[in-house]
Amino acid sequence: MTERIVKRGMKQLSPIDVYTLLPKTNCKECGEENCIAFATKVVNREVSVDQCPPLLTKKYEKNYMQLKEMLKPAVKEVTVGADDNAVKIGGKLIMYRHEFTYFNPTAIAIDVTDEMSDEELADRVKKTEEFTYTYIGNDLRLQMVAIRSTSSDPDKFKAAVKKVAEKSKLPIILCSSDSAVMESGLMAIPEARPLIYTATKDNWKEMAELALMYKCPLAVSAPNDLNLLRSLVKTLKEYGIEDLVLDPGTFPSEGLADTVNNFTMLRRAACSMDDELVGYPLIGTPIVAWTESASSPTVSAWKEAQVASMLITRFADILILHGTDGWALLPLTVLRQNIYTDPRKPVAVEAGLRTVGSPDENSPVLMTSNFALTYYTVEQDVESADKSAYILVVDSEGTAIDSGVAGRKLTAETVADAIKESKLEEKVKHRKLIIPGKAARISGEIQELSNWEVLVGPRDSSGIPKFLRDKWK
Amino acid sequence: MPKRAEKNSDLKLPPELLDLLAGNEEVELEDVEMIIDELQFLFQPGVMPAVQRMVPSLKGKPKSLLDAPFTLPVQKYPAQIVEVTLGATKSEGGSRGRSITVGGEKSPAFYTFENPIPNPPIVSFDVFDSKVPLPKAVKTNFKDVLDDPAAWAKFCVDKYGADMITLHLVSIDPLNDKPSTPAEAAKTVEEILQAVDVPLIVGGCGDPEKDLAVFEKVTAAAAGERLLISTVTLDMDIEKSAKLIKEHGHVALAFSPMDLNQARELNRRLFEFLPKEQIIMDTTTAALGYGLDYAYTIMERARLAGLMGDPELQQPMSSGTTNAWAAREAWQKMDPQWNPRELRGPLWETVTALTLLLAGVDVFMMMHPAAVKTLRSTISKLTAKRGKGDPEKVANWMAAKF
Repeated sequence: MTERIVKRGMKQLSPIDVYTLLPKTNCKECGEENCIAFATKVVNREVSVDQCPPLLTKKYEKNYMQLKEMLKPAVKEVTVGADDNAVKIGGKLIMYRHEFTYFNPTAIAIDVTDEMSDEELADRVKKTEEFTYTYIGNDLRLQMVAIRSTSSDPDKFKAAVKKVAEKSKLPIILCSSDSAVMESGLMAIPEARPLIYTATKDNWKEMAELALMYKCPLAVSAPNDLNLLRSLVKTLKEYGIEDLVLDPGTFPSEGLADTVNNFTMLRRAACSMDDELVGYPLIGTPIVAWTESASSPTVSAWKEAQVASMLITRFADILILHGTDGWALLPLTVLRQNIYTDPRKPVAVEAGLRTVGSPDENSPVLMTSNFALTYYTVEQDVESADKSAYILVVDSEGTAIDSGVAGRKLTAETVADAIKESKLEEKVKHRKLIIPGKAARISGEIQELSNWEVLVGPRDSSGIPKFLRDKWK
Repeated sequence: MPKRAEKNSDLKLPPELLDLLAGNEEVELEDVEMIIDELQFLFQPGVMPAVQRMVPSLKGKPKSLLDAPFTLPVQKYPAQIVEVTLGATKSEGGSRGRSITVGGEKSPAFYTFENPIPNPPIVSFDVFDSKVPLPKAVKTNFKDVLDDPAAWAKFCVDKYGADMITLHLVSIDPLNDKPSTPAEAAKTVEEILQAVDVPLIVGGCGDPEKDLAVFEKVTAAAAGERLLISTVTLDMDIEKSAKLIKEHGHVALAFSPMDLNQARELNRRLFEFLPKEQIIMDTTTAALGYGLDYAYTIMERARLAGLMGDPELQQPMSSGTTNAWAAREAWQKMDPQWNPRELRGPLWETVTALTLLLAGVDVFMMMHPAAVKTLRSTISKLTAKRGKGDPEKVANWMAAKF
């Protein structure tokens, strides 16, 4: 345990490093052809070393420990919640997403208080639980409920925690700086492994005892004081707390520069300087925006979203929000999806002819570009039209329709060539091509070069179902 | 921990030490054994002080806060981003009220724990010289000036305090029914220069030949104004464009389609004809939800590479942030839970801008006044000195009622 191998980043760690420590028997028990294939998957984080049965035997105990240490992420992975509904946070290997990919998307928690009416509490929990937006095949959701004690009354807090736990299975964050209130909340859900928010310079001992007693992860707060934060971490670690979450404070207005710098410094110290004492998930509290004076709730919600979006980009692993407006949560959850998308995946899809359903010789043909996001959006929209169709994916060098046309990557020539190569003329009886509205400017040229009749479709592919209903009889 | 105590008792250790170990639930068994081994080895009658000195090193529940100060993770970068000045005042050979310098960064975006921000990023308002489809949320803000680019530009400056104006010459596109001529386009540029005194960005239509023909007239008509000419691309006659820009004292906006190698190649070719102080680069902006992740990462990589010494990626960066409105979620009618779109849309543009701000963008071309306002206030907060975050102010949010 003493020799720490600092080889966590993907750049340094090679499959050979892992292979050397494997049993090297090519037993195939893991499901791979051989140990080197398994090692490659381990390095790419596609499988865990725990999936190698022989490695888990006494004989390889030392190798196993060494591999675990070697593969340990720069930011510890912490689990909030219990059983199937638990959410993992942290587990980051790298600072910049292009160095590998980010794991465990920022968990978003919505707050309730112990002084809310039953209806309001139930309504907010329901909104949190039911929030869903389908975005290129993924359901975007919210992950947690944060319960705040505004009453400072242990009994009220306990009752509120009970109510939330009865209504929802989402993991819980318990928010109070009073350890008596916290204990009361924990007693309501002793097995649920909520995140205890939060230990400070004044209450760390009591909060640490609670975290040990209830086996919960513990947040540590030291607003804008990284010396204090790191000192608290060292102290709590020695106290026996393994799962910590760091809160350097979120300042939505005055002090925003501190917030962005503190999150950045903590993550860099963990990833680049190997500072294990700050190698924990980070929690941001854009909800603070609601404590600042504002002319209307809309202004507070806007400000909250502004800070939250910056912290999604700058390393936050959990965010606590108050606003439940869809107009604010939608851009935030989409941004999170973007930032946590694996950057190793290609921007472009393969050009060529695709089918939706089982098209025949009378089915419509819709043209689009090979920019991955354009293609997937179009595919989804054509599917929702409930009509079999062909999608002709033209090689636009991975650009979207408008920029492809403007930049002359998507031209009448490329479209005419694509029609020819796809052998569409053997597949359909008609000669009608539906092109995106954003490519309307080249419709005449396409018609001339391909001898196909061009129908200009909607500017946005969400209009495809209606277009097909109205225009494709 | 009776088991461990038993084991230890075989070693005949002094009672104080036994108590310490017994009360210490957190010590790993291996650690204990190791320490015991060492103690056993060291332990000789008459050297008690040595053992006592070791006692504090044994882990136990700390009774007071341990001190572990944080070391700022400051890095050194071998290079810095080039400074580029846009617009020229009378004394600088133009007619602008002021000029604006961007770039010059010595650290990644807003790492002010390393270096201060030399020149804060700047926001330019979009103006179009002919009708383009605009989202309703945007249109309503400019409805009285949409037909008159000069009035539109003036409105942005007077009403919203625009620092810069981007004039998009979309009317010149040869694919239009009646494309305007280079001379007509140059005249519009002159009208804008008359109407406002802020620095100007002039954009073409994306057709490499027509744009060059228009730039030829525009650069000459606005000689000395240090316009940002948007854009120069790899499929243009680079030598000719660069020479025009140099001859008439402007700045080139080098556009590449989300590809760092092409960005490098374009800069490399421009360097043959233009000083670095006359080049800004645009590596393509995609909307939130529609490729923002690619745009963000390309920019972040470009900035890091530039700071680490790649001479071909050290130009300041510009973003066509208005592209955020290409996302359908920014403008379309949706189920009531996502409404009103009058807020959803501008926030979409705002989030796109804030994300790219953190990647290192220096010049933003934007559209919605609320998005511009938010971005500008964020820039000024991030540029401010650190140390303003008062812990007292955020200490009570947990118990606050709102």
